[in-house]
Parts: sequence; structure tokens; C-alpha cells
Amino acid sequence: MSTPPAIELIGIDKSFGPVHANKNINLKVEKGSIHGIIGENGAGKSTLMSILYGFYQADRGEIRVNGKPLEIADSDDAIAAGIGMVHQHFMLVEDFTVLENVMLGAEGGSLLNRGEGKARKELKRLESEYGLEVDPDAIIEQLPVGLQQRVEILKAMFRGAEILILDEPTGVLTPAEADHLFRILGMLRDQGHTIILITHKLREIMAITDEVSVMRRGEMVATRKTAETTVEELAELMVGRRVLLRVEKGEARPGDVALSVRNLTVHDNRGVPMVKNVSFDVRAGEIVGIAGVAGNGQSELLEALSGIRKPHSGEIYVHGKKIVNANPATYRKIGVAHIPEDRHHMGLILPFEERENNILGYHQREEYGRRGVLNRQAILDDARAKIEKYDIRPPNPLLKTANFSGGNQQKIVVAREIERDPDILLVGQPTRGVDIGAIEFIHRRIIDMRDSGKAVLLVSVELDEIRALADRILVMFAGENVGEAMPDAGEQQLGLMMAGIAS
Amino acid sequence: MSAANTPLPGWVTFFLMPLLNLVTALVISGLVIWMIGQDPFEALGYLLNGALGNGMGIGFTLYYATNFIFTGLSVAMAYHAGLFNIGSEGQAYVGGLGCALVALALDQYVPWYVTMPFAILGAGIFGAAWALIPAWLQAKRGSHIVITTIMFNFIGAALMVYLLVHVLKPAGAMSPETRGFAPGGQLPDLDWLMAMFGSRLGPAPLNVSFIISLVMCVVVWFLIWRTKFGYSVRALGMSKSAATYAGIPYARTVIITLLLSGGLAGMMALNVVMGSADRLQVEFVGGAGFVGIAVSLMGRNHPLGILLAAILFGILYQGGAQLSFMMPQITRDMIVMIQGLVILFAGALEFLYRPALVRVFSRRQMLAEV
Repeated sequence: MSTPPAIELIGIDKSFGPVHANKNINLKVEKGSIHGIIGENGAGKSTLMSILYGFYQADRGEIRVNGKPLEIADSDDAIAAGIGMVHQHFMLVEDFTVLENVMLGAEGGSLLNRGEGKARKELKRLESEYGLEVDPDAIIEQLPVGLQQRVEILKAMFRGAEILILDEPTGVLTPAEADHLFRILGMLRDQGHTIILITHKLREIMAITDEVSVMRRGEMVATRKTAETTVEELAELMVGRRVLLRVEKGEARPGDVALSVRNLTVHDNRGVPMVKNVSFDVRAGEIVGIAGVAGNGQSELLEALSGIRKPHSGEIYVHGKKIVNANPATYRKIGVAHIPEDRHHMGLILPFEERENNILGYHQREEYGRRGVLNRQAILDDARAKIEKYDIRPPNPLLKTANFSGGNQQKIVVAREIERDPDILLVGQPTRGVDIGAIEFIHRRIIDMRDSGKAVLLVSVELDEIRALADRILVMFAGENVGEAMPDAGEQQLGLMMAGIAS
Repeated sequence: MSAANTPLPGWVTFFLMPLLNLVTALVISGLVIWMIGQDPFEALGYLLNGALGNGMGIGFTLYYATNFIFTGLSVAMAYHAGLFNIGSEGQAYVGGLGCALVALALDQYVPWYVTMPFAILGAGIFGAAWALIPAWLQAKRGSHIVITTIMFNFIGAALMVYLLVHVLKPAGAMSPETRGFAPGGQLPDLDWLMAMFGSRLGPAPLNVSFIISLVMCVVVWFLIWRTKFGYSVRALGMSKSAATYAGIPYARTVIITLLLSGGLAGMMALNVVMGSADRLQVEFVGGAGFVGIAVSLMGRNHPLGILLAAILFGILYQGGAQLSFMMPQITRDMIVMIQGLVILFAGALEFLYRPALVRVFSRRQMLAEV
């Protein structure tokens, strides 16, 4: 071959204390290709990419960029070598405009004015060349997630990235947004850029990549040409056993109305109505899915239904009783459990030990201690029981929550909320950033809840997930409930509803 | 970047790092002393001997440490809720008023051990009261606690001068202070403690407040790590959004935490007002509230760490005074500089050696694996 690979990793090895995150990894990424890296959470994908991007140093091994051996001591070195990274959790200054974020760290001199003009021009160019449209003067905070991600890509491109690493880029996107992203990635590839796509979504791998490498438990177990492999083979390589890619469930047997929402309007922190006059019922024994592009009011709806956000107007009934002036603690008391959309932001306190998060929200209960004093033994026993039942790994209730993988963190939240045996379960993005093995498990639990006669309200931007789990689907667009569909409705029809075109 | 993420063994974080910081501060202080033509080792000798060489030195050291334990606990309490209480200085000052009022009311009628519980309460309540308005503003109006508590330090200082000059000063007295307390308002010293080690306290003002401060260390530890309230406080301090999700009431938790913080600062007054001066004087806090910030930082906001850091600062205070007495060329300002260096390295630059230590320890770990 005439051109050397864009990236070549030789014998990369990295340990964190007792955890051997990367074992003797070899990887070749051809120039001008899209290379997928898949693996369960904790398989070492993110560590490997962090080494490539200079966040961590490898204990052993060599990195070659375009054939040249390179020491990457920090992200500046990576940027200088033409490597850009789009993180799963965005690294943006929320109060800054798009332009300011893009320029941050590359201002081009101590006076902003000149750099700003240049940056504006460069953004225009990137926009027209790659379809990366975004208003340079918009404040990040006010942009939907899909656009925030675009800003991350722009940031990397602005710094002249030839090699782009994307870490779970579609975790927060709708099918339409994801498709748009893939079109952009395709365009970038066609212009000679190299893209490394980290994901655990096999569908995406099949749709967009040229080659795919599979990691499992810190090792690179296989590399395949995408055209020559199948979803089933990749899933098996990832997990190390055969997996069910579809959840099986029987007919729903809906009972009485458990949760009832009437003319609910919810404002966000700025006073902008995000949920507008929404009404629906959820019956015991059914899963109602709420589909919609992220940022169309689903988050605010969940927050209102769990007491985190005060509704502006409208009524919420639980078992026919009108709820007034309730906070999250009251909702928990009347049997409404909530698996929040963002486990890092809400569901967990990352510096806490696992057992401390295991009681978050329920810590005032008598079983965890009387007269205001924590009963440490009871808390520990409770944590151990849930760790065992949900196969949370590592099985150590004293470990800091931040040290668990995404899938296991989510299991901590799911165990805490479901094991409380609530009558009504609110679920937001239950499998965001979660590996296949854990997805299967979490989906199973949610269906078990339904089958035992609980009412489940499921919010997800993953249409596949909604269609696999829900018995009825409501679609939200711009804060309104635009219509109801059955799970066997075509993706196209749902997609149009989500875009606010059909109802 | 990578260094910030890599975990280190606990003993490195909690002992080796503060120790290295301290040694660095001392080395630089030594250089300065050497530059003005003095012998740094001689100076260090005077400092240590003055602070720890005899019963009186130790007595003074622990007396100062008592102040810093209270203010350090005050800062740490608020810190666990994610609040930076800069107002311990003012809260201690106003706490002195509560303490003095109780002493003035009771000292002629009851023995000290009757006065003391009321004085602790008085000091605590007044200190807490001085934190109430900043707490309320933070909880309900979002006014930043750092700004409001700084302002309240000034307001408190003005208030106390006004009260001492116009209200509390006995008629005809020359200095702005209350009358001296009768024995019923004086806390006994801990000469017996020194006697146990075969030494004498002499004129050092170490008093039962020291024991109260140790009790408070345990109380604060229990409160933060063993109670549901402490759980709520830590949850709020680490993630406000997760605390909201968990149904932890923000305003109530913030206000109670800051009241406790102010109360702990207020109790410091006990040590000075009833334990040493036996009267309420202008400026009696003397910066202990600010030293509390450094003590809390250096002690990693843990009562045990705070106790050790407070004793260290006690050594610097007492040993420093002795040093400037023995070596007149080393002025009082020089001592302040040494203390400043310790605060700089132990507080502000606490992670100075972290990257290097991470390198050392990750290498050691690798060798161990091979």
C-alpha cells in the first residue's frame, strides 16, 4: 500500500491501578476511511481513544500518525498532529456563543476582534463544504443537543483536524439527526478525512463504517471489513456469547388508569413553555412510549411528572387523586419512581460510594436508619442485595460510583428505582451509553414491571427502543402531543410525526 | 490532564502531599531567612522549641489551635454543602457578643461550669445568627455566599466596635471592652493536663475550650458522615441537580448548614473571651476566621485533618512569636510571611506535587505487576 495508515497503534498497554484497561492493542486505521470501534462499556474503547488524544499516557506501546511515530503527551500534541475529538459528554462553555466556543483555545492573538472575523469566515466555509450549519451567534445552552454536537465537530475541524474521533456520537440524537450526522461524516470521508467512530450500536456500524474493530475486556478481539460481517457476528464478538437483539414480550393487559395528565404546560428555567397543553393517560400494565427529537419537551415533562419542576398549569392525577404542590419526595412516597434521563446529572452522585447512591432519594426512609442517623449495616446489606440481583460489576458497594462503567452505573439507578416496587415508573433514556448486555437486561426489567401490572412511561430518543418496548407511542413535537401511534407503525410515519409534519 | 484523573493511595493524598507542601513552605522560608543573613536552622530550632519545647509553649500552641479548630470546622461544614463560607471571622466576632452577654449576666451568681453551657449556646446562636442573612440570601435569592459573608465580616466588625464603645464599655473605662468577668465567667485552664505529662502550663491560656473543640470535631464528623442530614448536605455539595432529583430541599439544607457553620465559628469566642481575656475586646478574633479557611483546605475538610492542620498553625503562631522574640532581626512581618507561605503551599497550591506523585506511583504499580 502506498499511503501509510492514518493511525497505527502498536502494542498499546494501559492500567489504572489493578484495572488493566488496554492489553497490547494493535489497530490500523486507513486514511480516508470510517473505522468503527465497538465493544461493551468498560471494554476499553474510551481509554484507548483517550490515549490517542493525549488524556492518558500509555504504559507501553507506540502511536504512529501517518506512518510517523509520535509522542502524544497532551491534547495539544494531538491537535497538532491533526487529531480532533468529539466527546460523548460535550466539552462546551454553555454560556458562550457557538463562535466563542469554536475559537476557545485558538483565538489567534490576544485581541479577539481579528480572530473573530477569521473564525466567522472559516465557519462559513465549513458550513458550505460539509453541511455543518449552525448559527455562529447562538448561545450553546439554547441549542438542541444535535446542534451542540455539530459545534463540537466544528471545533475540531476549525483546528484543522484530519482525523476525527467521535465517542458515542448518536447517544443523544434522533434517527433523523443521526442520519444527518452520518451524511456529514460521509462527506468528510469523501474529502479525505479519517473518522474513528466509537459506538455500541451495531446498526450504525453497519450503516456507515468501512472497517470495524471489536474490543472486549481491554483486548482487541477482531477487525473486520464491514461489508464482510453481520450484526450477529459483531454482537457475539462484543459480548463473547450469543445475544438476543430483540426483547420478547407478550400482549399488554392494561388495567385502570394510573397516571393521568390533563392540559399540562411546563416552562423551562427561562420561562419558555416547553410542554404545551399536553394530556394523556397511562394505565396499569402498559408501557406508554414518548417519542420525539431531543429537546421537544420530553425532559421537562418527566421533570414535571416527578416533582422536580413545577408545572405552569394543568393537572396531574395519580390513581385518580390530583397532585398539588408536590416535590420529588412526595412523588416517591405515593409510588412514583423515576429513572432520570441523565444519570450523571441527576440519577447519581458520582463521587459517592455505590451504596450511598443506592439510597439516593430514599435515604429518609426508616429502613436506612432511625432518628436521622444512618444505619450503615442496613444500607450495605441493601446495596449488596441489589448488586447481586442486577449483576452490577465490580460487586463492590464501597467503590466510588464514578469508577463504574456507564452500563453498571445505569444498573445502579435502575435497581434503586425498580426494586422499590413502584406503581408508576417514569423512565428517561434508560439505555443511553449502555452496552448491549446491559440493554437486554434493562429492557427485560422494564417489561417485567409492565407484566406485574405497573404503569410505565418511557421517554427515549431511540426510536428502536420505543418501538421495541412501548405498547402505545405518543409523539411530542415542539412541546405538543402531536399524536398517538402503535409500535408497528412505520419508521417513516413516526419520523414525520417527530418532525411535526404528520399527525 | 491525565494526572487529575488518576487515583492515588489515600495516605499519599492525606499525609504525604500536605507534608511535602509544608516542607516546601519551610524550605522557602528558610531561604528568605538565609538571605537576610540569619541561620535558618537556628530559626527553625527557636520556632519548634518555642512552640513545643515546654509546657507553656505547648499550652500556647494548643490555645491557638483551639481557635483554628472551631473556625476550620466552620469552613468545612459549609464546604461539604458546596458553600464557601468566608464569613467565619465575622461570625466568630459576633459569637463573642453572645458569649460575653451570657458571662456578664451569670458570672457573679453561678460557677463557671453552669455558665459554660449557656455561653456555648449564646456564642453558637449569635454566630449562627450572623450567618442567617447571607444563608437566606443564598438559599432564596441566589446572592453569592462569598460576597455576602465578606460584607458581613465588615458589618460585624463595625457593629461590634459600636457596641463596645457605646453600649458595653463600663462608664469611665478607657478601652473599648466589657468589664472583666468574675470567676463564674472564666473558664479554668488545663494545667492538670500538662501536669499529667510532668509539665507546667505557666501563663499559657489553654483552657477547657480545647476539649470542647475536640468534642466538636467528633460531633461534626458524626453529623456529616453518619446522619441523614449529613448525607443530604454532601449530596447537595456534590451535585445540586441530583440533590433536587432526590427530593433534598435546597433552601432548607443550605440555611441549616450555614447556621451550623456560623455556630461553630461563634463557639471560637469561648476560647478567647471566657478562656483567656475574660472580657470581650475589640478585634479579639484576630484573623482566626481566615486561618480557618487554610486549616480546612489543608485538612481536606475532615475533622481529623482539621485538628492536625490547626495544631500546625498553632505551632506557627506560637513558635513564630517566640522566634521573633529570640531573633529580633526576624520581625513579626517575617512570621506572617512564613504563615503566608504555608497557607500558599498547603492551601492554594495543594495539588502542586500531584502530577509528580502520580508518575511515581503509577510507575511503582507497574513494577509491582511485572
